[in-house]
Amino acid sequence: MRFAISANRLLDGIVVFFGSNNHWVDQLSAAGLYASKDEAEAALVVARLDQTRNVVVEPYVFEVRAEGAPVAHHIREAIRAAGPTVRKDHGKQADLLADKR
Amino acid sequence: MYRYDEFDAGFVSDRVAAFRDQVARRLSGDMTEDQFKPHRLMNGLYLQLHAYMLRVAVPYGTLSARQMRKLAFIARRYDKGYGHFTTRQNIQYNWPALADTPAILEELASVEMHAIQTSGNCIRNVTADHFAGAAADELDDPRPYAEILRQWSSLHPEFSFLPRKFKIAVNGATRDRAAIQTHDIGYQIVRNSAGEIGFAVYVGGGQGRTPMIAKKIRDFLKIEDLLAYTQAIVRVYNLEGRRDNKYKARIKILVHEKGLDWMRQAVEAEFEAASRDYIALPDAEIARIKAYFAPPELPARASSQKFAARRESDPRFAGFVSTNVAAHKIDGYGIVKISLKPIGGIPGDATAEQMEAVADLAELYSQAEIRVSHEQNLVLPHVALDDLPVIYDELLASGLATANAGLVSDIIACPGMDYCSLATARSIPVAQRISERFGDGPRARDIGALKIKISGCINACGHHHVGHIGILGLERKGVETYQITLGGTGDETCSMGTLTGPGFSSEEVVDAIERIVDAYMALRNEPGEDFLTAFRRLGMQPFKEALYETSKGADI
Repeated sequence: MRFAISANRLLDGIVVFFGSNNHWVDQLSAAGLYASKDEAEAALVVARLDQTRNVVVEPYVFEVRAEGAPVAHHIREAIRAAGPTVRKDHGKQADLLADKR
Repeated sequence: MYRYDEFDAGFVSDRVAAFRDQVARRLSGDMTEDQFKPHRLMNGLYLQLHAYMLRVAVPYGTLSARQMRKLAFIARRYDKGYGHFTTRQNIQYNWPALADTPAILEELASVEMHAIQTSGNCIRNVTADHFAGAAADELDDPRPYAEILRQWSSLHPEFSFLPRKFKIAVNGATRDRAAIQTHDIGYQIVRNSAGEIGFAVYVGGGQGRTPMIAKKIRDFLKIEDLLAYTQAIVRVYNLEGRRDNKYKARIKILVHEKGLDWMRQAVEAEFEAASRDYIALPDAEIARIKAYFAPPELPARASSQKFAARRESDPRFAGFVSTNVAAHKIDGYGIVKISLKPIGGIPGDATAEQMEAVADLAELYSQAEIRVSHEQNLVLPHVALDDLPVIYDELLASGLATANAGLVSDIIACPGMDYCSLATARSIPVAQRISERFGDGPRARDIGALKIKISGCINACGHHHVGHIGILGLERKGVETYQITLGGTGDETCSMGTLTGPGFSSEEVVDAIERIVDAYMALRNEPGEDFLTAFRRLGMQPFKEALYETSKGADI
């Protein structure tokens, strides 16, 4: 199990992930992955600076499986990372589709 | 319909200006999230799973065609082209940007709408019978009283920080379509032995993690005392309600822990002690508000030949009429229920185009009036029967003619884990699969009246406790599981559903529902004994056997 950090962007509320270069990215596939909870918690301290800077709201750590592309372990996080399962035309999943086109 | 006076208009536009300033300060960093959150919640703005969510109040579920067009405009301009009608007769937008919300509120204010008190520990949007002012079984229109309560409770300084949220419903017909016994206060309009109109008062109902049926605290309350008595109840709750535990903070817990007699004495004492001079409703004020809701002057349309001819020749139209048209108080008219439950669709969702189509129909054929029902459907309240064929054709063209109102596929479902940050499981996909299983054809018609209600967490926004069949989505070891309850109803015979037993996986739950429905079909007294009546006659046992028969077989 690995770990990643997510939050909502202040301006529009959209789900974002903390990238390895300490910038926020839109897709889980580009998120920074941490090998341990401790490592993730240490990164969270840095991520929280962006809460203080009013870039994001409420960053937190969650579990991912990363055998290939990272996949959120918990269904709630998987839905956040993709978009509503009942509206495939919205959320991250729609952005990915648009990129492919 | 009620129209804002200068006070209302000024008050709402002041609020928009204040929120615009708060959003600007939040975006510039002058306010932290902790400082900002109470302000955004007071304006109906939540932060959900994927984005912000704005909940807009539709007072007592009444909308004008003009307002509906504005909701469509907002969906298209500031959201993703759709909105979600909720179980509290409101509408939610799922994707607004924080920076756009002041503009959205300004658009709403231009049609006399707002999002105030759609969140927070205050008196929420007052709900009412969605057939109010039109229903054949109505004693008095509940909306003037709901409007009076709305005006009184809006930003009420004493009641803006209650122990927990507070919900009031008003019903004016013999059938309770407002589910008043599941509210913190339920007002049922009644006539006393002297022939006067007033209210029977219920207190302490609610769903959530501790479902309770409201208890009748007073048999008859004079109309002039509506605010004084409401004030007395909320005041007792505000002082005595628990603030130590969020989950025990609703008035239902206070009534349950202290008992109805204690509650009644405390409320009556407060009611007697408070000076009523300034809060008694003057007749002139009641009349002024009532005038806004005066029944429309519907021209006599006694002839309904077009209607009869189409019903004779078109079975699909006849099917629609039998499920989706209710009796109106004026002969030659009907109340049209527009189902937002297309087979396999998302309960309560409507596109901007559909909203506009409904607005057009309301303008042409229903006195420009629309209702939102707590069952997540729309209603055209004043329709001449002879106009039904053309309305039906228009609804068909807009994908809004699903003939399933009140049937097994007319399912209430909260947004669940597809959108909501509180949810423990998804609701919508379960609703979609059940809807596809039963459809809106002969099988659904044969099953008859059956209310399935699905919540994606224990907070019960999907009203599962009062579903004839209720489904509660929970998480067990990281997997969605669904508990089933049977025998609930939110009507005048209010009862909370009883748990069948162990829950079902997402894969199993639709088959489980089908086993329950099949058992009912096999056991009902022919013809027409509906599900709830049959359940009340038969009890849980035969349904339990049908549900868990495979494991029973394994035990043998």
